[in-house]
Amino acid sequence: MTVHDHGDHVHHDHDHDGDAHPHAPVDDLDHYQPESLLMEQALRELLVEKGVFTAGDLQRQIDLTESRTPALGAAIIARAWLDDAFRAALLADAKLALGRAFDLDLANTPELTVLENTAQLHHVVCCTLCSCYPRNILGIPPAWYKSREYRSRVVIEPRAVLSEFGTELPAQREIRVVDSTADMRYLVIPLRPEGTDGWDEQRLAGLVTRDSMIGVSQALAP
Amino acid sequence: MSARQPLPAGMPVTVLTGEPSTHCRTPHYLRGKRGVVVRALGRYPNPEALAYHKPGLPALTLYQVEFDAAEVWGDRLREAPYRIIADLFEHWLQPLDAAPEGSR
Repeated sequence: MTVHDHGDHVHHDHDHDGDAHPHAPVDDLDHYQPESLLMEQALRELLVEKGVFTAGDLQRQIDLTESRTPALGAAIIARAWLDDAFRAALLADAKLALGRAFDLDLANTPELTVLENTAQLHHVVCCTLCSCYPRNILGIPPAWYKSREYRSRVVIEPRAVLSEFGTELPAQREIRVVDSTADMRYLVIPLRPEGTDGWDEQRLAGLVTRDSMIGVSQALAP
Repeated sequence: MSARQPLPAGMPVTVLTGEPSTHCRTPHYLRGKRGVVVRALGRYPNPEALAYHKPGLPALTLYQVEFDAAEVWGDRLREAPYRIIADLFEHWLQPLDAAPEGSR
């Protein structure tokens, strides 16, 4: 067995150091298999066996989802803040505009609508039925987005929920809660922060958080 | 409804009530509520069939529908007025225009 010297970090804090290679696969699942994991495995194997999709299809989908992160969304929003023509195209037909401007392959991914927050109107997105989220842009949704609490409360007391995210909107700003109940996914363009005149795309992107593209927060102040 | 023109923007609609025993994409909190069509989003296979690995065809028109929170929650509304948007399939929507059947 090869011994790797990793200096300052410890790999062996469990009880079978004798056979644990520093880079051995994590074997926690030998000890604990939650029912949901077994269900996932059984369902996946059945779907592959029945030819609904192949194991390769599944792996490609996982790779695709993991390649999409809020950093991509932030770059899109920064471009939309700077480029009026791109913003207009994005609002009119998001997948078309993104395919052209960001070289993204969005074929076979859900439909996408981009919503613009303004000084008059604030959008906040949820999925009360499950966890629909613009994964084709932002990747995996945060755990709270899938929680029963967020999903049930944001449609009945959005200002209270926003406030818990630290988002206090002016009383006169209208709120639109967008419940992604079906085939359309929604991405929010947050309001561009004051004091960012002359900023370039990369610098602006640094102000765009994941939560601001869901609408529970605003973009960061400069 | 599927053979007709899509409902136009601004058309008032009522979401049907009902408890299908199948999977469906119409949240309970909007059933029986009045809203207004924002726009048609296109045609998609019926999720109530897709959930059982059936084709769900013919595809149905999906509508973005806007609701006033006061209409949705009534006396339970705890906040200043706001709006809710949800995407609902045509077979869950009853147009509220008074036009007689077949005239659309």
